[in-house]
Amino acid sequence: MSLGQALPHDSARLHVTGEARYIDDIALPAGALHLAFGLSDTAHGVIESLDLAAVRAAPGVVAVFSAVDFPVMPDCSPSAHDEPLLAVDRVHYAGQPVFLVVADSHLAARKAARLGKLSCQALPALLTLDQALAANSRFETGPVVWQKGDAAAAIAGAARVVEGQIEIGGQEHFYLEGQVAAAVPQEDGDMLILASTQHPSEIQHKVAHALSLPMHGVRVEVRRMGGGFGGKESQGNALAIACALAARATGRPCKMRYDRDDDMLITGKRHDMRISYRAGVDATGRVLGLEFLHLVRCGWAQDLSLPVADRAMLHADNAYHLPAVRIESHRLRTNTQSATAFRGFGGPQGMLGIERVMDHVAFALGLEPLAVRRANFYGGRSVRAGASGGDISAEKKPQTTPYLMPVTDFIGHEVVAALEESAAYQARRAAIAEWNSGSPVLKRGIALTPVKFGISFTLTHLNQAGALVHLYQDGSIAINHGGTEMGQGLFQKVAQVAAGVFGVDLARVRIAATDTGKVPNTSATAASSGSDMNGMAVRAACETLRGRLAAFIADKHGVEAASVRFAGGRVRVAGEVYGFAQVVNWAYLARVSLSATGFYATPKITWDRSRGAGRPFLYFAYGAAVSEVVIDTLTGESRILRADILHDTGASLNPAIDIGQIEGGYVQGAGWLTTEELVWDAKGQLTTHAPSTYKIPACSDRPAVFNVALWGRKNPEDTIGRSKAVGEPPLMLGISVLMALSDAVAACGDGSVYPGLDAPATPERVLAAVRRVRHV
Amino acid sequence: MQITVNGTSHEVTAAPDTPLLWVLRDELNLTGSKYGCGVGVCGACSVLLDGLAARSCQTLLADVGEAQIITIEGLASPDALHAVQQAWLQHQVAQCGYCQSGQIIQAVALLKEIPQPTDAEIDTAMAGNLCRCGTYPRIRAAIHDAALRLAVTP
Repeated sequence: MSLGQALPHDSARLHVTGEARYIDDIALPAGALHLAFGLSDTAHGVIESLDLAAVRAAPGVVAVFSAVDFPVMPDCSPSAHDEPLLAVDRVHYAGQPVFLVVADSHLAARKAARLGKLSCQALPALLTLDQALAANSRFETGPVVWQKGDAAAAIAGAARVVEGQIEIGGQEHFYLEGQVAAAVPQEDGDMLILASTQHPSEIQHKVAHALSLPMHGVRVEVRRMGGGFGGKESQGNALAIACALAARATGRPCKMRYDRDDDMLITGKRHDMRISYRAGVDATGRVLGLEFLHLVRCGWAQDLSLPVADRAMLHADNAYHLPAVRIESHRLRTNTQSATAFRGFGGPQGMLGIERVMDHVAFALGLEPLAVRRANFYGGRSVRAGASGGDISAEKKPQTTPYLMPVTDFIGHEVVAALEESAAYQARRAAIAEWNSGSPVLKRGIALTPVKFGISFTLTHLNQAGALVHLYQDGSIAINHGGTEMGQGLFQKVAQVAAGVFGVDLARVRIAATDTGKVPNTSATAASSGSDMNGMAVRAACETLRGRLAAFIADKHGVEAASVRFAGGRVRVAGEVYGFAQVVNWAYLARVSLSATGFYATPKITWDRSRGAGRPFLYFAYGAAVSEVVIDTLTGESRILRADILHDTGASLNPAIDIGQIEGGYVQGAGWLTTEELVWDAKGQLTTHAPSTYKIPACSDRPAVFNVALWGRKNPEDTIGRSKAVGEPPLMLGISVLMALSDAVAACGDGSVYPGLDAPATPERVLAAVRRVRHV
Repeated sequence: MQITVNGTSHEVTAAPDTPLLWVLRDELNLTGSKYGCGVGVCGACSVLLDGLAARSCQTLLADVGEAQIITIEGLASPDALHAVQQAWLQHQVAQCGYCQSGQIIQAVALLKEIPQPTDAEIDTAMAGNLCRCGTYPRIRAAIHDAALRLAVTP
């Protein structure tokens, strides 16, 4: 049985030898052309003139396109049809593509793209949340409000009210492989697209629309991405469309690869947000009523901002039962890059809001933060007797989330208790307090934060997946499914599922590139759902084929199909043992169909977005992290000293892959909240558009001590192998770093001023917070 | 111009100011070295120049001279992966894999200079090789493992 084994990534050997091919490594047919966009340097303005003469005259240039070349400008938006490929009449952000250069080399295209002369009549640019709010510049007609109970009344009746706000910065994806796509013209006007994308079906749809082709005229293939993290869910559309249009116009293969600066200037990032809160609490820190205000900076186009902002609201509770809560969310339109999906999809921002409330409440009441968190946890289904902390009364009915979904699978108490012990949280907390009292310059801090993350797409129809499985007459197995591989190990996990169904060695199983010609109408590989959905679809197809093999071989032996066993590369029937390949070959000769599709639709989901009520998620994934940090109170610099993580991936499909996801997610989450700072200047130009100015975590930033363990219990829901999704949830373990920094800053003061640390907690912000708590 | 890559001499036609990365990728079809940032900060393009790790996106063809260039494709011997590659497999380092050829090249250079590096020495040597998947804990473990493998069979 291959399920649950810590087997290496299917591309491991290719990764270490340099043989793994990414889009830019694939040799295109002779005569291929290269594309580059000319960008706006104005954040908002009316285009007065666009002089492209020098661009056209530049060496190597084959064609140049701008708005005047398209009777109808092709659209790149995944949602609202509001993203013209090239700016028409107006520019909406600095970095927006205005014209397209097609040249005989990448360098020639890039050099020519610098020669365009764009003249704009500048309009007032809305860059900040405050500017957009004041101008009522937003998506949807007004704020979205979801509520449960009467929060205002509960707050009014509470013993204490704690209020504040937190600024939460965005995050650049910084996938090491930037955006890239290629188009190869086929006969009769069809187009083959090779793209680094999490969403091949959407690329197919958008390219077909741009070329006025039916979707069957476009085939999209993606073998692997060099990182995605949500940044390749919609942001690759423009490149694929541009390549397809240029390929049609020239009849030659076309490739487009953003250089890093262009990638950072053009594409969307994680949404930055401001979350304001007003919590009414009792003397134990239990929240009785809570009001949240989410201000979400969406950028110039709608993209995926509405579901992102929804998911922020859906995680405003995290692991805590809020008896009365009101969440108001403003999706603000600004003249900046169109913020987009990023690992967690708004969930991290929403979760950080409530973790901030817990931290602030604990500070205000002089309580231990973990005790406050526990006092607010959902009531567990099976709280162990004697579990430390919390006064969990056995409730007959499960508690509900702010969106009225019963929480029936809560394991926060058990996970946190186990981590508290394995990380020696209480003892270290005491030791840190002792250490801090003798250390005037360096201060340490520690925090434990939980994660409860909802698994499923909130747009219900996306919760479907398809697969295509072939058995060849030599007994080898080829699999296609709708998911894409971006390093998360999806292909390996799915191959293990298939090998398990047939009882064969993994060497028999090959997962081929994702291909819209093989499996149609796929959903993005997103929302952590790749293994859950594609694993189930592949299992269904494999079970169909195994059923045919069993029926065939059983019939030959005059026994029931149910008695046939597939294991160890052999088929056992009526006391006989045959090789798997032998049985497949016999079935082929007997004219048994050896190809099948599989399909999966996630069950039990009911979600009414307009009411903000229902069951948007099949289940929750849980986890908890303890981070210990040290700050330098003279410089504001900080360092993570130790991290301990206990994370729930159900019955893991592959522990090695899951632990890698958890380590990487934590590192990425910690980066988001500490060093990764996006800075726009007063004119709306992003000034942090290279790794020289935008700092993602490096080898030296990971904690010196880093302990990661899997919770290891089965998912109560009937998921593939009873596993749980792992892609996004671990990112939010990084919230413990910000809370530990808050703890360290608090240790600098007299307990009268809350640190109120915004994110990212750069040295400047840490230093400012230290001065604040010291009344300097 | 003549350059020596993975032990083989090649006549290349790119302009002298072409970054070595593009000569390797576009002219010699050695695509294991990757473009990441183009400014020598991310490390994805790392190759060995006479045994030292260099950022090929910032190394001009004209400056290569007679240096022996080793890329990720030239690291393994015909019958076995390099010890660093073996350690990378053993510790299941790679996720998306894109930065890993650069990481491995950097690690090979480190172990040549410091055969048994400490954690701090690993941090210093590897700090210029970014991995967005966050495989750093396994990179550290794999480098220690490779150091042991090389000590046994250098």
